[in-house]
Amino acid sequence: MTISDYRERVQAHSKEATESLAAAHDEATLEDVRAKVWSRTVQMAFSKALGELAPEERREAGQLFNDLKVHIDSVLTERAAAIASSRVASDHARLDPTMPARTRWRGGKHPVTLVIDEIVDIFRELGFTVALGPESESEWYNFTSLNFPADHPAMDLHDTLYLGEGALLRTHTSPVQVRTLQKYPPPIRILAPGTVYRRDPFDASHAPAFAQVEGLAVDEGISFVDLKATLTTFAQKFFGQTRTRFRPSYFPFTEPSAEMDVQCRLCGGSGCSACKGTGWMEILGSGMVHPSVLEAAGIDSERYTGWAFGMGPGRIAMLRYGLPDIRLLYDSDVRFLEQVAE
Amino acid sequence: MNTSVAWLNAFTNTPLTAVELRDLLTAHTATVEEMIALRDDLASIVVGKVVEEAPHPDSDHLHITKVDMGTGELLDVVCGAPNVAAGKFYPFAPTGTILPDGKKIEKRKIRGHTSNGMLCSARELKLGDEHDGIMELDVDVAPGTPFLSVMDVGDTRLVVDVLPNRPDLLSHAGIAREIGAVTRRAWNLPDLGIANVTIPEAKRFRRAGNVGGLVLHLEDAKLASRYMGVVIRGVTVGDSPAWLVERLEAVGSRSINNIVDATNYVLHELGQPTHAFDLDKLDPEPKLPEKTVVVRSAKPGETLVTLDGVTRTLSADMSVIADSERAIALAGVMGGRDTEVDAATTDIFLEVATFDPARTRRTRRAAGLSTDASYRFERGVDATLTPRALERVASLIVSLAGGEVSTPPVDLYAGDAPHRAIILRASRVARVIGVALDAAVIGELLRSIGCTADVESGASTIHVITPTWRRDLVAEADLIEEIARLHGYDKLPDELRPYRPGTSRDAPLWTMAATLRTALASAGLLEAKPTPFVAGGDEHVRVLNPLADNEAHLRRTVLESLARRAEYNLTHMQGNVRLFEIGSAFERGADALPDETMRVAALVMGHRQPAHFTNAKPEPFDAWDAKAIAETIARIASGSSAEVQPSDAGGDELWSIVVDGERRGHVSRVPLDAPVWAAPAFGVEMVLGRMSNGDVAPPGEHAHDGVAAHVPRKVTAYRSLPSTPAAEFDLALLVPDAVRAADVDRVIRASAGELLENLVAFDLYEGAGVDAGHRSIAWRLTLRHPERTLRDKEIEGRRSKILSALQNELNVRQRST
Repeated sequence: MTISDYRERVQAHSKEATESLAAAHDEATLEDVRAKVWSRTVQMAFSKALGELAPEERREAGQLFNDLKVHIDSVLTERAAAIASSRVASDHARLDPTMPARTRWRGGKHPVTLVIDEIVDIFRELGFTVALGPESESEWYNFTSLNFPADHPAMDLHDTLYLGEGALLRTHTSPVQVRTLQKYPPPIRILAPGTVYRRDPFDASHAPAFAQVEGLAVDEGISFVDLKATLTTFAQKFFGQTRTRFRPSYFPFTEPSAEMDVQCRLCGGSGCSACKGTGWMEILGSGMVHPSVLEAAGIDSERYTGWAFGMGPGRIAMLRYGLPDIRLLYDSDVRFLEQVAE
Repeated sequence: MNTSVAWLNAFTNTPLTAVELRDLLTAHTATVEEMIALRDDLASIVVGKVVEEAPHPDSDHLHITKVDMGTGELLDVVCGAPNVAAGKFYPFAPTGTILPDGKKIEKRKIRGHTSNGMLCSARELKLGDEHDGIMELDVDVAPGTPFLSVMDVGDTRLVVDVLPNRPDLLSHAGIAREIGAVTRRAWNLPDLGIANVTIPEAKRFRRAGNVGGLVLHLEDAKLASRYMGVVIRGVTVGDSPAWLVERLEAVGSRSINNIVDATNYVLHELGQPTHAFDLDKLDPEPKLPEKTVVVRSAKPGETLVTLDGVTRTLSADMSVIADSERAIALAGVMGGRDTEVDAATTDIFLEVATFDPARTRRTRRAAGLSTDASYRFERGVDATLTPRALERVASLIVSLAGGEVSTPPVDLYAGDAPHRAIILRASRVARVIGVALDAAVIGELLRSIGCTADVESGASTIHVITPTWRRDLVAEADLIEEIARLHGYDKLPDELRPYRPGTSRDAPLWTMAATLRTALASAGLLEAKPTPFVAGGDEHVRVLNPLADNEAHLRRTVLESLARRAEYNLTHMQGNVRLFEIGSAFERGADALPDETMRVAALVMGHRQPAHFTNAKPEPFDAWDAKAIAETIARIASGSSAEVQPSDAGGDELWSIVVDGERRGHVSRVPLDAPVWAAPAFGVEMVLGRMSNGDVAPPGEHAHDGVAAHVPRKVTAYRSLPSTPAAEFDLALLVPDAVRAADVDRVIRASAGELLENLVAFDLYEGAGVDAGHRSIAWRLTLRHPERTLRDKEIEGRRSKILSALQNELNVRQRST
């Protein structure tokens, strides 16, 4: 055998292999062709043939063999890729696009959390930050510091769950106001979201534990005008264009006290059974912080004034989702929670 | 409180409509929650127009008419009234209407002619006695208009939400006073035609006095600040006149007899509860020379049958009215049945007192009985009102039931409390309400509600003396509220003024909770918000006055609540439960206050994902899913210092979440009361932080000096992104059962050195081909040099080093293939 015989053999095989590989249109055929044209035996044959050449020709022949190897490998790779991509294309053509997507479980925040988050977001735009406090409280923080008269009918509005001597489950998040005033110097602009407790048995519209969001602003020169303007701004951002009204009210820890109504969400103000024909819905209680509350927290009530408000996100959630029974918010039925998940 | 519009209008010459009254009171005084038309029984009556009228062929007095009631068709109606005429309007009761007397209007035939409804007379509508003909309406409205909307008939009840600070509003006079203040109009007590009755002037004593053969004795002034009584002899008990019955009905009170009605009338008119006893039944066998009425504390175990027929056993913190032998009334709450006024009563003892608020509250609570009287005494009745109320009730009784007052009333009273004087600064008013009002205007507003207000000339200070009926006005702040509401909240501007940012930042636990919520919701979990009440034991914090015995304790873990919620879902055939909650849990503390922590917990069970055609039978959640949740939670809550480690606690606990050596949470199997088809449940719980309920500072003080500076957020520093290629290789290892994966992990890391970039166990195999007592675990290692490409030799060198370290330290060998 001479170098030219070897070259011819290599070229002939290269041509044959390239053509037969190009004719393979699926993976199985490609493998069959490869087994035929580039099997171990075939390769061994080329390798063995090198031994039949004159030593000075072997180097060139080895290079030819190596080039063939590289060439066939690259044709194989190219072919395999072409087959794979045409397979994807044909699979895609076969796909029934009306079949459902692969899904994952739907998770979500609780509807009351969503309402709280939205309230917090709006007040954040007005410079408020979030403060937290314990749900188990002392009588001093829950009542005394907030100017509640002892043994007075005002206490009837706060039917309390007691834990022991001077210890109770907070009936409102107002203790957080006092804790914050003691901890941070004015100016204070905080929101206190959290769970509060009343001794109300569960029924369609009452629960012994429920969410509340309170807000507090204390600084020099804070007035009822700030209260009115801030809460009206909130209402318009939260409920959309709505009229608000402020009614006199009573809370031991604010003076003057006011409740804010917005136009009834169901009838738009014309009067319906939900608003008892008044056209208004009560949204929150508010007022100017009573000087004695500031003094209880060691703040000079002559220098500083402030306002506070409190609202129930649970009630708003009921209104918003049209819930007939407050217990839906507590049952944790996955079907309900999935329905309202955002 | 129930108020009658007609009654309120009787106080003034310029009547207002129900809507005007509602809006005025709601804007300035107290919210009117409801407006009830008291003639709602006429709600289905409409204005009907008679279009045609013809005599009935088979009757000499009936008429056949065609009535238009706005429905688009004319109704045949037979009418017997002589005055029915075509073209006129009458009240019309369509079929189905129930008339005030209970009669139902139905379609029927009258002498062969169908009648669809009825044209009504005034008497049929209970609007008078007129029954000679039907009620002709002088109106010009569309047929079908509701009768009530065009005719001013019947009274309207306003339900006023009177808050605890305003007992002065618990009467028509109190509400009328407010309307007078807001509208700047005069008001006076309604004329009851009793001006000709004179009651002698009362005699004042401190503790005891004789009122015509009856000795009154106030044992302790703490029970009542004032106790007045009068004897009226020779009354005739009977029905009340219609005007009185109507007034009482308008406020929802039932007429009983003229004596009791007179006392109830004055209660609703002036807000002063009074009580009439039958004098004969009082102290029938006196132990003392004369009959006695004493105000005293009840004796423990003493019994009293109250007017409602209930036998009550009394305790020492209750106050009673007693004769020489027994309790005859619960002071300030309810009278006793034994001394009740009845048809045979001729002589009465009338009590008009100012019972102590706190004492009445205790009596009412102990008796579990709230009445119109106790409601008012608890909130505080003006002691200066007592003599006026006595005179008015006594006069009204005499004018309604006859009889006479022959002995002056007795007044047990220590005298009026001193006036309360408050100094008010106009500058302070401006600072609190945000707009400056003239001192003169402020003075005028305060005078309109009964204050005296002296404005210092040329100064902005006002000297105020508050009226006796406004015990809630004790300080400058209280007066500022009066000024704000009388001026009108709606008149203050809605003007967003500049503000300074606060000194506090978001509570770190709030931010952390928000991040956790988002992460867990994105992972397919649903947020639950159950209550923290559980059925617990001695280890739990107990609620002293729980709502239910099976929920008398506070939870120690949040996972307990989620477990109960999972069971709730299982009872509703929901087996794929993924819940989480962030909330408080409570441990018993050193004193009555518990140790409260904020925690996050999650519970998963059932299918890991919804079924899909590529995976018809999804696998159930397992411990590894729970571990993943734990790692997510731990990373968010504590960053890189948190580790999820195998737990040695045993039982259901699988892993502990450890932060800086402290156990902060766990991953566990959750045992449930579950049906057989339910999949196993896995739970995670982690403590996020303590909710301190201790004092921030002593009462009246602050701790501003101790405020720590805000801590900037901690982040992981940047490391250069690699520009050199990585080398990857796998090690399939035979691991003896006694060796843990974490040990292998540790040895690999130690022996691979700093070139190791990533290490992950990606396959676990046990069974054929693996030696007994072993398992095969495959790790994938990624090595990388930061500056250059690794050489094959270096990689091979590391590989041998790792394998020999594993062999030597753990007897772990490479699995031969």
